[in-house]
Amino acid sequence: VITWLAWATGLLSLAVGVAALVATVRGRRIDDVQLLGSAVLELALLVQGAVGVALLVRTERPVDGVLFASYLLTSVLVVPLGAFWAVGERSRWGTGVLAVAALTTGALVLRLEQIWRTGG
Amino acid sequence: VAEPRPEATRHGAGRVLIAVYAVFALAASARAGYQLATHFSAAPLAYLLSALAAVVYVVATAALATATPASRRVAWAAVGVELVGVLAVGALSVLDAEDLPDETVWSGFGAGYGYVPLVLPLLGLAWLHRTRPRR
Repeated sequence: VITWLAWATGLLSLAVGVAALVATVRGRRIDDVQLLGSAVLELALLVQGAVGVALLVRTERPVDGVLFASYLLTSVLVVPLGAFWAVGERSRWGTGVLAVAALTTGALVLRLEQIWRTGG
Repeated sequence: VAEPRPEATRHGAGRVLIAVYAVFALAASARAGYQLATHFSAAPLAYLLSALAAVVYVVATAALATATPASRRVAWAAVGVELVGVLAVGALSVLDAEDLPDETVWSGFGAGYGYVPLVLPLLGLAWLHRTRPRR
């Protein structure tokens, strides 16, 4: 992965997750701003996914390809799946689901960057 | 006060609980799949326990999300097995590290995942109890 892009997506995940967490505590349902934030996050993750595949194919360094690819794939799936599960709940808990999805994605990106840096 | 219907299991706070279960179903399955595919013979017991944990989380997630009377019974069993599993594997990993040379999600009572695997079955049982149909 590209270090700055991993940082950007990681911090964006954290921001979306913390915002959703705060909104959950305050009893807010999912609103357009949160969905827009999730969409921007997903867009960044898709860019990172494409870049990650391209880098993995070309790299000469010993990176555990299966491990890296599975984290890369998971990192683009969690937010859409979480959003799908979240919008079916018209209460604060839908927002809570979004928080879980975004914070999980942050952890995945962190691990992704670590795998790329150390090889496995 | 309205009687909780079985569908109540997958609404309210249960929505978030199921999301966390899904994350662990994914994490445990990916870990077990990777371990079994790449170096099963290195530590068969640890990897079989990893696979068991994965199955338990997948079944619990699906059963909680289905939220019918029958699936709730499956969920009780799966979450019960999960609690026993995290306690047994956690204790085994601490007392007898040689038999468990590699990590499972339940090793060290789930320390590698912020002890969420230890708390999750307790929340699961509490939620199943709270949303039980009463008459």
